[in-house]
Amino acid sequence: MMLLQLFLSFLQIGMFSIGGGYAAIPLIRSQTVEIHPWLTETQFMDLATIAEMTPGPIAVNGATFVGLKVAGLPGALAATLGCILPSMILVSLLSWIYRRYREMSALQNVLGSLRPAVVALILSAGLNMLLQNLFGGRSISLSGISWAGAALFAAAFLALRKWKFNPILVMAACGAGGLILGLLGVF
Amino acid sequence: MIQKESRGKKLLTLFFSMLYISAFTFGGGFVIVNFMRRRFVDELHWIDEQEMLDMVSLAQSSPGAIAVNAAILVGWKVGGFAGMLAAVLGTVIPPMVILSVISLFYQAFAANRYVALCLRGMSCGVAAVILDVALSLGKSVLKTGKWVHYAVMAAAFAATFFFRVNVVWIILCAAAVGIALEAAARKGGRKS
Repeated sequence: MMLLQLFLSFLQIGMFSIGGGYAAIPLIRSQTVEIHPWLTETQFMDLATIAEMTPGPIAVNGATFVGLKVAGLPGALAATLGCILPSMILVSLLSWIYRRYREMSALQNVLGSLRPAVVALILSAGLNMLLQNLFGGRSISLSGISWAGAALFAAAFLALRKWKFNPILVMAACGAGGLILGLLGVF
Repeated sequence: MIQKESRGKKLLTLFFSMLYISAFTFGGGFVIVNFMRRRFVDELHWIDEQEMLDMVSLAQSSPGAIAVNAAILVGWKVGGFAGMLAAVLGTVIPPMVILSVISLFYQAFAANRYVALCLRGMSCGVAAVILDVALSLGKSVLKTGKWVHYAVMAAAFAATFFFRVNVVWIILCAAAVGIALEAAARKGGRKS
């Protein structure tokens, strides 16, 4: 039963994440934190962090992590199969159509108009993660803010946006920063 | 061109190429697609440049992980159904193994104070990475100058951030808008 649920949840993640790994993050959160009680908010953030820091598609990383946690190795296999099955069917079909007609414009136009929605979902996932970092589930107020978290975020954001640093490097530096600030007792 | 250079050998090369690329490519789908181009177009000459470009844009606009989608397309092209399976297996085995190992450590170490601090610090960085991507993508949507796109973006944001609507419904609604737009454009006599 649990295996079927894992399979179906990740089937939805595989089917509706359009536009790469970042698009999968809001779907993974929705399925594993909001709809099913598989991960806590903190565990989800750890998963997002680990998935970003390791090679491989975020959805596959997420499927393995959640599947293992919920139902062991069979769970990991069921979830991973769920998340790649829609691609295998749909993209195979597209590949056949492409080979036959070499014409994809209608489909690409429709998928292109999904982009604004996908951007909004990614933005929302990022904001949720930021709020969780700054307030850790407490209500949003100036007195409850984690200043060390805010500083880490601001530094990382600046490094990415202005100086175009490598994201992996930025995340690793934030990890080191978190450790140092934590040992100093301010994080 | 030597067509019959032993099918089995070709499948093995495909499998190990994807295994290698998937295991060592950090940075998500857009990066891995570049490595695939280098391997299959420049080194192995299995696919020509133009077809690879088409495959990449198909992989990016289809549902699912970009790397897996690209592997499926390359696999079919190189070795039919068996090629598709070989390419997909090669792509998903490395992340499955890596994440299994990490999960093992995670269960044991997440409670450790230093590991937790590191993870918390890194997740500030992850939030920055995700918001940076969202801003860049958002800018490109704003550049289209289409008010329908602005409206979809605003509505989708409100629905997910404030009202916690299931993400699947938001995607389906946006797809419906896209289909309606495309139908209207065709009716209006625009040649696709």
